[in-house]
Amino acid sequence: MGSGAIERVNSDLAALSPRLLEPEARLIEREPYYEPVGEEIALFQAAYLSCIPVLLKGPTGCGKTRFMEYMAWRLKRPLITVSCHDDLTASDLVGRYLITSNETVWVDGPLTRAVRLGAICYLDEVVEARKDTTVVIHPLADDRRILPIDKHGELLTAPPEFLLALSYNPGYQTVLKDLKQSTRQRFIAIEFNYPEAHLEAKIVAAESGIDDDTARKLVQLAHMTRELKGSGLDEGASTRLLVHAAKLMGRGIAPHTACAGAIAEALTDDRDMLRAVNELAASVF
Amino acid sequence: MNSLPPFSDPAPAAATRLGRHEVEARLDRLLDPVLSSRRTAAPLADGVGLLGRAEQDFLLHWATVIARTNIELAYQFVAAAPAALSTLSTQSAEAWIIEAMDVYDREGLHGATQILANPEAIERDLANTAAVKLDDVAKVLQLVLNGLAGRRIRIEAAPRSYTDTETLYLPPRMDRAASLEANFFLYKATAVLLWAQTRHGTFNVDLEAVCAGFPDDKRALDLLSALESVRLEARIAGTLPGLARRMKALRSGVLDHRLTVLLDESATVETSVEVLRRVYDTPFELHDPYEIVLEPARASACRSARIRRDKMEFQSALARLDDERSTVAAEDSEAPYQLDAADEQTSMHSSNTRYVLQRDGEPVPVSQELAKLIDSVVQDLGTVPDDYLIPDASLKGDESPSRQEAENEMVPGGPEPASVFFYDEWDYLRRHYRKNWCVLRERETPPGDTRFVTATLAKFSAQIAQLKRTFELMRGEERLLKRQPDGDGIDIDALLEAYGDMRAGTELGTLLFTRRRKHERDLAVMFMVDMSGSTKGWINQAEREALVMLCEALEVLGDRYAIYGFSGMTRKRCETYRIKRFDEHYGPLVHQRIAGIQPQDYTRMGAAIRHLTTLLNSVQARTKLLIALSDGKPDDYGSEYRGEYGIEDTRHALIEAHRSGIKPFCITIDNEAREYLPHMYGAANWTLVDDVARLPLRVANIYQRLTT
Repeated sequence: MGSGAIERVNSDLAALSPRLLEPEARLIEREPYYEPVGEEIALFQAAYLSCIPVLLKGPTGCGKTRFMEYMAWRLKRPLITVSCHDDLTASDLVGRYLITSNETVWVDGPLTRAVRLGAICYLDEVVEARKDTTVVIHPLADDRRILPIDKHGELLTAPPEFLLALSYNPGYQTVLKDLKQSTRQRFIAIEFNYPEAHLEAKIVAAESGIDDDTARKLVQLAHMTRELKGSGLDEGASTRLLVHAAKLMGRGIAPHTACAGAIAEALTDDRDMLRAVNELAASVF
Repeated sequence: MNSLPPFSDPAPAAATRLGRHEVEARLDRLLDPVLSSRRTAAPLADGVGLLGRAEQDFLLHWATVIARTNIELAYQFVAAAPAALSTLSTQSAEAWIIEAMDVYDREGLHGATQILANPEAIERDLANTAAVKLDDVAKVLQLVLNGLAGRRIRIEAAPRSYTDTETLYLPPRMDRAASLEANFFLYKATAVLLWAQTRHGTFNVDLEAVCAGFPDDKRALDLLSALESVRLEARIAGTLPGLARRMKALRSGVLDHRLTVLLDESATVETSVEVLRRVYDTPFELHDPYEIVLEPARASACRSARIRRDKMEFQSALARLDDERSTVAAEDSEAPYQLDAADEQTSMHSSNTRYVLQRDGEPVPVSQELAKLIDSVVQDLGTVPDDYLIPDASLKGDESPSRQEAENEMVPGGPEPASVFFYDEWDYLRRHYRKNWCVLRERETPPGDTRFVTATLAKFSAQIAQLKRTFELMRGEERLLKRQPDGDGIDIDALLEAYGDMRAGTELGTLLFTRRRKHERDLAVMFMVDMSGSTKGWINQAEREALVMLCEALEVLGDRYAIYGFSGMTRKRCETYRIKRFDEHYGPLVHQRIAGIQPQDYTRMGAAIRHLTTLLNSVQARTKLLIALSDGKPDDYGSEYRGEYGIEDTRHALIEAHRSGIKPFCITIDNEAREYLPHMYGAANWTLVDDVARLPLRVANIYQRLTT
């Protein structure tokens, strides 16, 4: 982006109204470490200013959540993260009545709270959630930007500061857990993948404080496990696992022990596969 | 199973030693095809006649078993056994026999004969607890190699360690080192060195021609092999320092100064040849701790076949790229594509350089498949030659099974590993698996005339409507759960009660909510359909009709399902036919395939079950069903698989499936099924449809009963 464009973005950002925050909203105060891989920051910012929701695609542990935290910090908006699971229903997101001693009380769900606050609402692994969540996601994700709360008889309109972001891992190849076209076509999609080798080594070193050479070897090992995807591993070692292993090594654990605990055992239970990953680790270190 | 007891069992009192004549008569019957007037059973009977009865029974039992595999082998066994049995324990004797038969399966009669001639070797092997067997570690080694990236390489057992650039051959046992761990390391280091031979271009010069230039080409080749090991060891040290450190420890003494050039990063196979020229005439010996040999002839056959194949695939991939980009001006320029190595700094993965493909100066995205191909070509040739970059449309597309099949059979190095699967088979007589015994290919079902499906739908329209209604009822319905601790709505009844309780002074209950809960059927089912020759005619018709009705019903139900046909002839040609994969929708294509189901050859069920079990296990579901539609016993060409062998192998395949969490079930139309099916599937897991005409209706009903 040119400097003129950046100024415009900054002035646009300044025009957004600061809102009174409730204590439970998570405003990220310190800059999270994030290493940009491509144009994702500019893309996200543009999408945010244009009120278009964002879909983050990519394998586990490659930095999607960290990216959200970073963007929330950059945009100075509170971030509300919901980890979706297969029992998560629409009312878990929107809110429900609870009963107290003598009356029923309405309690906002995280999504409603985010809309009211003008926060960024991040639904992590959204395909895991029940299908009825699409009912509330769809009207929020197109240009209507509304959240109907049937039980409460309320129709919330999202302020321009609000942003909906979903993450999803296209690597899980189950027939049942796929995003519908009607959902995905409402979003701007940013694809995440493991960064280039030298960048990934830099990230591992920065996150864990380990020396560059060890970080480089860890990344090499990660590449080897990623080659094993399809011959017994569902997923190769993610950047997150490398950081874990590096942190252990930083505390004086021997490399092969750290790799066995943080990488091999985390990846698989299969005995042959465990042994193979450990052998690879022994070859690299 | 009716196998005889081993000879250590106490013999019944009545059983006395068999006389020489009786033994001779039985051996005559058993070994008749390999006997002649010069070679009679008499000398064999002399030896056997002296054994005790229990040993005689043991010997004759195993002779019968071996004779089913090879009669000559049985003859040699009987000849060697009397001496061997006097020294070996029962356990060792069995191990000796099984080893001989395994070697026969793998290497043929010659190798097996040698095993039979050396019974004491088995005793030594069994006593050596530090030895590692390739069978036990092949999977780990395979995974390690896959992790090293590059082309997929297979591992097989052979007397010596070498590679033909597509398969690594390693000795079946490793016992050169003193501990289990050290022997495993030898395996691993040997495998990585052989991998490095293909990765770092050992076969990129004509080694046969090079060695022919020396007076003793055998010595030249051996020396070259050892020199290559030195070079490759240094080469992999950069990427695999941990491995290299341990490998270095295996080398004793100081390296000859003439060899130091090999340690340089830029050393290639030419450097090794250079060094060979310098050291050949001097009294120079170099010990290779890994005992690797070079097989230039085999390697170059594989390599040139692959180069041809890669070139074809490369050009057709480019042609497909052209199609995708729908450019019209494909002919105008000579070589529109250009390939350049990308920035080197990212290549920390040994020689995993990235390439940028350009078309008329514009970068074109390189698919993973193409990147692999580029990598493979660069490994063989060092670079991608210009003529590879001319798209060849005549090669592209049209991947009809018949064409691919023809290609598969043409390639000398064996068919593409991707489409071919190897499965073990259970030999009930040996009570052991025969390793990688069956070769299974997954084939496309040729599309048939969809009018068949339309006709079936019309013929059974009333029944289908009825079925759909029944299945709709089975579908997971939403239920309202009352008195929940939390939920979507308020349970007014519970609230009123609680309110009353509270007013009365008791505690307010917490179960006041209602919750909608959909009862989900988490179920995946695999149908395996008998496509053997015996289904010809109206059985085939009934099977196809049954599948149409089943699909109609299952679509209503929403269960995940796949349909595969199976057939084949002999262990080398087992086949499964894709009719519907799990991730495919039921549509015109599946209609065509159902209509296209044709009777093929035989039914070697074990391999098919093992393959479909693997497929089913790749699906996530709480309940997994494997339902076989069959018309008779497992059977195959020749007498080997027929009868008990086939039944026991099938039974074992089903036990394996069951162990992995799959529920097998069989629907059969064979009226004699109760004689063998309960043994294979268990008493309750099969059903007989005695009227073929009713099969279409019954299959859906049985499915309904099974899953509710």
